[in-house]
Amino acid sequence: MFRQVASRLLTRSTTTTYSAGAAATIRRPFATDVSTDTSSGDSAFTEAWKKVAPNIDPPKTPIQFMEPRPPTPSSLPSKLTVNFVLPYAAELSKAEVDMVIVPATTGQMGILPGHVPTIAELKPGLLSVHEGNDVKKYFISSGFAFVHSNSYADILAVEAIPLDRIDPAQVQKGLSEFTQKLNSASTDLDKAEAQIGVDVHSALNAALTG
Amino acid sequence: MASTAAVPFWRSAGMTYISYSNICASLVRNCLKEPYKSEAISREKVHFSVSKWADGKPQKPTIRSDTPED
Repeated sequence: MFRQVASRLLTRSTTTTYSAGAAATIRRPFATDVSTDTSSGDSAFTEAWKKVAPNIDPPKTPIQFMEPRPPTPSSLPSKLTVNFVLPYAAELSKAEVDMVIVPATTGQMGILPGHVPTIAELKPGLLSVHEGNDVKKYFISSGFAFVHSNSYADILAVEAIPLDRIDPAQVQKGLSEFTQKLNSASTDLDKAEAQIGVDVHSALNAALTG
Repeated sequence: MASTAAVPFWRSAGMTYISYSNICASLVRNCLKEPYKSEAISREKVHFSVSKWADGKPQKPTIRSDTPED
C-alpha cells in the first residue's frame, strides 16, 4: 500500500474533474521552480478586476505582502545564514556565520556555506556556532535542522541552553538514577523512558566534560 | 521493496516523537542551574480543560493544570 502512495507522490500529479482523458494528470511544479517574484501579484485577478472596475486600483493580495524566498546565488556564498529558533524565542535570526556543527542522529554534522540541502533530525547534544574565532556552544534537547540550497540553515530546537547554565551535580544524579531505572525496568515503555534519560544525561555529561 | 527503515527504540516501545521530544526537553530543563531553572519551569506551566464529546454535546470537562488550585 505504501509503495503505491510513494510513487504517486513522486510524480506529483493532480487529478482534475473536467477532463478524464488528456488533462487527467497535471504535474504540480516544485516549490523551487515556482517564480518567487510576488511583487506583481496574481495577473488573472488584476485582469478580472480591471474589466469590472477599470478606474480603481486593484487591492493587494496576500501574496504581495509575503517576502519572497531568498534566491539561490549562482556562486558559493561566503557565509552561512542561520536561523536558530526555540518555541519561545529566536536565539539567532538571520545571523551570518562561518560554520555550524549540529548533533544529528547520524552523528555530529558540520554545515558550511554551500552545503547540500538537508533535513536532519537532531538528538540531545552540543550545537556549536563558529563565527571567525568565536565559538558559541549550546546544549540542545532535540529538534530538526533544515539546510536550504541558498545557504540558509534553519535550526529548530525545543530547549537550548548555554553550557555554563548546566548544573553538573544534577546531571550526575540524573545519570545514576536513570541507569538504575533502566536495570529495573519491566515494560517496554519504562525501558524506553529510562533509556531516554540515560541518553540525555550522558550527552549532558559529555558536553560538560568534552 | 518493503520499508524496513530502522525504527528508533522509543517508536518501537509505542512512544510518539512528540512525547520523546517533550521528555528530553523536561529532563534538560531539570538540569539547569537556579534562577534559569525556575524561569524555565514557570515558562512551561500549562493549564487547560479537556472535554470529550458524545452525541454532539460536550461531556464533563477535566481540568489539567500545573498551577496550584486556590
